[in-house]
Amino acid sequence: MEKISSIDYDKKVLEIKHLTKSFGSLDVLCDMNVDLYKGENLIVLGKSGSGKSVLLKCIVGLVVPDKGSISVLGHDVLSLTTDERDKIRMKIGFLFQSNALYDSMTVRDNLEFPLRRHGIKYSKKEVDDLVKDALESVGLPDTGKKMPSELSGGMKKRIALARTLMLRPEVILYDEPTTGLDPITSREISNLIVSVQQKYKSSSVIITHDMKCVEIVADRIIMLIDGKAYKEGNYEELSKSDDPQIKSFFI
Amino acid sequence: MFKIELILPRVLKSFLDETGAIAIFTGRFFRELFRPRFEFNEMLRQCYFIGVKSLPLVLATAFIMGMVLTIQSRPTLVSFGAESRLPQMVAVSLIREIAPVITALICAGKIGSGIGAELGSMKVTEQIDAMEVSGTNPYKYLVVTRVVATTLMIPLLALMSDAVGVWASYLGANIKGDMSWSLYITRAFEYVFFADIYPAVFKTFLFGFAIGIVGCYKGMNSQKGTEGVGQSANSAVVVASLMVFIIDLLVVQITDVFGMIN
Ligand SMILES: Nc1ncnc2c1ncn2[C@@H]1O[C@H](COP(=O)(O)OP(=O)(O)OP(=O)(O)O)[C@@H](O)[C@H]1O
Ligand SMILES: [Mg+2]
Repeated sequence: MEKISSIDYDKKVLEIKHLTKSFGSLDVLCDMNVDLYKGENLIVLGKSGSGKSVLLKCIVGLVVPDKGSISVLGHDVLSLTTDERDKIRMKIGFLFQSNALYDSMTVRDNLEFPLRRHGIKYSKKEVDDLVKDALESVGLPDTGKKMPSELSGGMKKRIALARTLMLRPEVILYDEPTTGLDPITSREISNLIVSVQQKYKSSSVIITHDMKCVEIVADRIIMLIDGKAYKEGNYEELSKSDDPQIKSFFI
Repeated sequence: MFKIELILPRVLKSFLDETGAIAIFTGRFFRELFRPRFEFNEMLRQCYFIGVKSLPLVLATAFIMGMVLTIQSRPTLVSFGAESRLPQMVAVSLIREIAPVITALICAGKIGSGIGAELGSMKVTEQIDAMEVSGTNPYKYLVVTRVVATTLMIPLLALMSDAVGVWASYLGANIKGDMSWSLYITRAFEYVFFADIYPAVFKTFLFGFAIGIVGCYKGMNSQKGTEGVGQSANSAVVVASLMVFIIDLLVVQITDVFGMIN
């Protein structure tokens, strides 16, 4: 997949400042700063347990930070009412690390869930079209009637991505989209992320430790070490770094 | 080394912590219950699942209990020359105590563990987080619907097991005796009063509520990993069964104070 970047550096879709979060005595994030520009694919690299998932969950308000500010599409997410927060959440897609497909529902019902729950009325035809389009963009057009338990790991990931795309989010948060998949499937998912970004003109934060995925997807990389944005740059710059902490990721 | 003075405070503390956490959870249930967006369809679906799934097991147990109780009570009553009291004795014990408690215990096992495991696995696979970001309050959608469903369905199940138990007792009485259905029913209900039924039904609502709350609490507070899910299911059954007995004990004391036991 040939990558064409069209990043608008004048427009910040996400701005995180001085984000701090601890669980009991465990300091997970301390003074983390992140900006995301329109149309950009930002990779967050970090070791397991470094607080990457916590970072994403703070952005959608699933985890409440101790300190700091988070602004998504110009709204300060920490000071919103429940209704306002639901509106913002419609514009943010979240691909969960464990897919989070509802296993009591068919694939189709999974995809329809965000549509029906956000209180917007769609006609039957609109829903059909959206479902069909989402399944086609992830390359699984005929799986609507299947249950999640009948799908392979890679297929589950694609369906989860399709569900994330249902509401045409402006910002997509990917939590380890390729972990646990074989190299070929991983590469397919990485290419899918790029094609989604080009098709829907969305901006994304992608958490991963899969360097192949980083190479395919990244416009910019942030290294999350000790709860901070330790270093940032593009793939070229960071892969040439002499810093042992950074080097260890690029081997 | 086992030192009771070291272990006891810890056990007591975790017991009190747990009780407090369940009380807070129950408070949250009532707050969410009366605030709009009512998940009516989902509640009906849960009622259907909870009722239908447990019905065969509950009825089979009620049938066996009714019959066994009758067959085992007969010799005792015969030795007093009180064989004609058999229907009455069995009916009163079934309706007052055995059917409600057995139904509740079966549901604590089947429904309580089911809810604990289902919500637990939804929690550890981030399905609950996914719901929340899809504009759905998981407390309303998952907890309120299930607790309302158990509170409504377990009384219904208990009433059905009353009926099946009494019928099985009639069959049991006819293995050695000979009594028509109408005579059996007349005898059985000669001494069953409204005051027997009312507290017995009342307590089944409490049983249902407790089973729902405990199952949901355990599921929603599941620890990470598949092990955590198993633990949630397991402790949901243990705590819910214990609650059933405690509620039973409290209700019998209250009805006794109000002179409702005759
Ligand atoms: N709700 C929570 N309560 C207590 N501790 C938590 C909670 N959520 C996360 N943590 C802790 O925060 C730390 C960071 O967790 P996080 O899930 O963000 O890691 P991660 O970087 O996503 O790792 P992985 O690559 O394994 O997914 C971990 O030590 C975890 O135990
Ligand atoms: Mg993670």
